[in-house]
Amino acid sequence: MIVFILCFILFLVGLFGILTSRNIIKIIIGLSIMEFSVYLFLVLIGYIENGQAPIITKDMINLPVVDPLPQAMVLTAIVIGLATKSMLMAIAIRLYKKFKTFDIRKITSLKG
Amino acid sequence: MITMKGMSPIVKKVSQLISAIIFLYGIYIIVHGHLTPGGGFAGGAVLSGAFIFLVLAFGTDVLNLRREEEEASVIEGLAILIFVLMATIGLFIGIRVFFNNYLPKGQIGELISAGVIPLYNIAVGIEVGAALFTIFLALVIYKEEISK
Amino acid sequence: MNHIVPFYIVLPLAAAFLISILGRFIKGFSKVTAGFIFFTLLCLSFFYIFSGDHSTIVYNIGGWEPVNNIPIGIYLILDPFSGFMLCIINTMAFLSALYAVSYISLYTGENYFYTLLCIMVAGLNGVVVTGDLFNLYVFLEITVIASYALVAFGTEKEELEASFKYQVLGGIATTLILFSIGMIYWYTKTLNIPDIAGILNKSPDEKIVQFCQLMLIAGFGLKAAIMPFHGWLPDAHSSAPSSISAMLSGVVIKAAGLYVIFRLFFNMFQLTYEISILITAIGTLSMVVGVFLAIGQWDLKRLLAYHSISQMGYVIIGVGMGMMILANNGNKAFASLAIMGGLFHLINHAVFKGLLFLNAGAIEYRLGTRDLNKMGGLFEKMPVTSATSLTASMAISGIPPFNGFFSKLVIIIAAVLAKYYILAALAVFVSIITLASFMKFQRYAFFNRKSIKKAVNEVKDVPFLMKFSMIVLAVLCLALSLILIPGIRDTILQPAVDVLMGKNDYYINLLNM
Repeated sequence: MIVFILCFILFLVGLFGILTSRNIIKIIIGLSIMEFSVYLFLVLIGYIENGQAPIITKDMINLPVVDPLPQAMVLTAIVIGLATKSMLMAIAIRLYKKFKTFDIRKITSLKG
Repeated sequence: MITMKGMSPIVKKVSQLISAIIFLYGIYIIVHGHLTPGGGFAGGAVLSGAFIFLVLAFGTDVLNLRREEEEASVIEGLAILIFVLMATIGLFIGIRVFFNNYLPKGQIGELISAGVIPLYNIAVGIEVGAALFTIFLALVIYKEEISK
Repeated sequence: MNHIVPFYIVLPLAAAFLISILGRFIKGFSKVTAGFIFFTLLCLSFFYIFSGDHSTIVYNIGGWEPVNNIPIGIYLILDPFSGFMLCIINTMAFLSALYAVSYISLYTGENYFYTLLCIMVAGLNGVVVTGDLFNLYVFLEITVIASYALVAFGTEKEELEASFKYQVLGGIATTLILFSIGMIYWYTKTLNIPDIAGILNKSPDEKIVQFCQLMLIAGFGLKAAIMPFHGWLPDAHSSAPSSISAMLSGVVIKAAGLYVIFRLFFNMFQLTYEISILITAIGTLSMVVGVFLAIGQWDLKRLLAYHSISQMGYVIIGVGMGMMILANNGNKAFASLAIMGGLFHLINHAVFKGLLFLNAGAIEYRLGTRDLNKMGGLFEKMPVTSATSLTASMAISGIPPFNGFFSKLVIIIAAVLAKYYILAALAVFVSIITLASFMKFQRYAFFNRKSIKKAVNEVKDVPFLMKFSMIVLAVLCLALSLILIPGIRDTILQPAVDVLMGKNDYYINLLNM
């Protein structure tokens, strides 16, 4: 149970990072930490004590196998996370080009 | 730092030697995707790593980078199209369902087995390699534009 | 017939990458391909709706048959509610692609534009068609990644800032959604939506399920920009190119946000009174507050974007009232009427808000500004734009005989019948303020002949294809009123309502296939 609580703490760390930091790059890092905590959670829910890797081979021992579906989900989610993060980085670089700063307080062209 | 001249000759020579090995390792991971952990995405990331390594060591000017980015994104698109085509062929062969595994399954544990899954892995590997390389080049080009 | 289901996703996806490759070498390839593909998709969606066969099609990808009645593999489920959404998505996509043929000359890189538009439509169609929770998440991400890029398409200060805001909030929403999908998988050990519905049906109502429900409301609420989560919408929708604003406001917030909320809460979870009150409350809040935020705006597209929040409120209270009545075991006919009003307003809003954004784009195309103070007297210079925007304004503010009037009327009648008098009064009140705000738009942009600026004098009306899209949507504004006629209602609206009402059918369908 303790690992799930640690997982949730990691989630909150990421959220704290997003809410408090002023630097665009730090916000992106916070978002990544938040996503990683969810990936960790997904892997954990598929884990079985003493389970073996879910790969079919010729010499498989008759042991319980860990749930492969959350692992597939995590892989997919990591790919999606990669796409969103690289998109965010590209936007961050473009923002730096326009505003000459990474400070979120100085990026205020939109109002209302 | 990516400059036109690149790094010192020692780094260039070593990276030339090592990137070939990295490339081979990426191909190994992709091809054994249905037998071992890994597969298209992991192998593709390694493939793109080999290219990124070379760009970092040798360095090129922005004009060259733009051309390479164009080529990489064409390859990426082609890989996805091949993937979609392979999935659609499933509508016409075998049990006639989208995405079905229409090739013979073979023996468990052999390299040529599991039907179309290795082919999907190869397409995904090429796609991911090209896509990560494109992303890297795009970010580098943006950065070069700023520093000018 | 069965095999058309995967094509809703495959066709736009393949078109996207064909455009990104061949568009580099052949001039004009992207426009023709995108138009052709969207037209095909449009025909396919209307084919399902009008085929007269309203049975649910369950398509298992890869041919994985269920083992011991436990479904494995990914299922695509096409039922009348999905078909209803598919019609909206593909109609709007076709018209905004046509509109963009001329409009995109304001920007560079039309290949990228059409590639991203195709990817976005593929994702939206996937969200609507899929019957698998994780698959839904994947398609949702495909949609929003394309829309992040499209919002930043102009790469000016405002666009980039809006896109960054959108991405950070969208990222948080994504995490919440993925987290709750993980929780649901932990609890039920399956990802198939009908299968989850079956398991949740048997088990008593648990705290963990309620937690998941709240997380899902927060996550999809962020995607749909309902009131406490609306911060990104006015920026993102006003910064995007106008044809994309029409797609974002008309389709994306509905298909990626509201559709999923309705689908999951009606067909997957057990309806509880607390959750339905919560949904109705946030709907009411966004309806009332959105319109007050809108009325003070002078930026044309920002004004329209705030109205999107407000009009989404109407859809949510319509469907939310239905939820409340069903959860209370009230009169089913009233619930059906309320849900029908909500869904009717959903399709109407897609049409008239899409049209209004296209009008705003047409004005921007000729004048180069979105500030209402710098317009005036466009009534004589741009007759088609003026006439169509007058139609849309009357439709959105609920003046008969346009479609907005009838959908609002149905919602209000349902509220009165079910004795939610406050909701009915608020709906009427918000409608009046909407009318005031659109009178301001009409007066400053089109009439107001005294303050004709010099720049306005040389303005001509927009090119033919832009006119064509606007006229088609304006005609739809009138024609959609006819949906309420019983014969047409039974083909389009009523089956969709029945899908939402008949919770049990959703998973029984799967077992019997």
